[in-house]
Amino acid sequence: MRDSLNEKAAMREPDTSTRREFFSQFLGLAGGTAALGAVSVLTLRPAEATPAMLATAIRNVTGAAVVKTGKVRLDIPPLVENGNTVPMTVSVTSPMTPDDYVKSIHVFNEKNPQPNIGNFYLGPRAGRGQISTRIRLADSQKIVAIAQLSDGSFWQTSVDVIVTLAACTDEVI
Amino acid sequence: MASALINVPAKAKRGEIIEIKTLMSHIMETGYRRTATGELIPRNIITSFSCRYNGAEIFRADLFPAIAANPFITFFTVATESGKFDFDWIGDNGFAESASALITVE
Repeated sequence: MRDSLNEKAAMREPDTSTRREFFSQFLGLAGGTAALGAVSVLTLRPAEATPAMLATAIRNVTGAAVVKTGKVRLDIPPLVENGNTVPMTVSVTSPMTPDDYVKSIHVFNEKNPQPNIGNFYLGPRAGRGQISTRIRLADSQKIVAIAQLSDGSFWQTSVDVIVTLAACTDEVI
Repeated sequence: MASALINVPAKAKRGEIIEIKTLMSHIMETGYRRTATGELIPRNIITSFSCRYNGAEIFRADLFPAIAANPFITFFTVATESGKFDFDWIGDNGFAESASALITVE
């Protein structure tokens, strides 16, 4: 297991982006793994979320509303050794009164196979607009956190994270 | 259930903001991994988590494969009255677990 992971990491290093682009195109066109037959399983990765998918996922939450920058704080290590479990805290500046509170927090990523990470629904009773969890990151990428406040406004922040060992797509032995 | 770990303060002052920590043991299989022979392993994740405080829902979350195995979720609430927190996890393949914790508010 360990050896194969190292091997994979080593293989990915020099030309990561071109190979990945090649594969996403290939998967998109061929629509399956059969066509990749001769390629080692180790390098086989599912098509990853694209910036367009990220934008769509965000639009599904925000609708046509303008998403402003600010109020949201995303705490996540900037350099992650193991993408399988990455601690993350999202906190939103809010008085958390019955008239002015955080309704929901949505977290997205750019390059996992799916753009969504989690949706968290709070309310005036939360007392503090903050949640923590542990997430998976399949690659070095941008994480976006969006909060919806009780007045319907959306606020966001984004953080770039570097991941040295990817999650999600390693094979099981 | 033994598979859930809940951390709720046993006692709190009225109006105090308390932190609730939860952990449910679950593989959270993403559905994107393959076996050595190249077969896709089917998705098996927890999709929904919720917390009720004396029957009223105070927190809910939709989870996706990007949540790490053994989902650990923490959030806050205002201690308003003595009573019970009920936690529910729902997931693929009919997964449903619940847990509860008591609090005394003075």
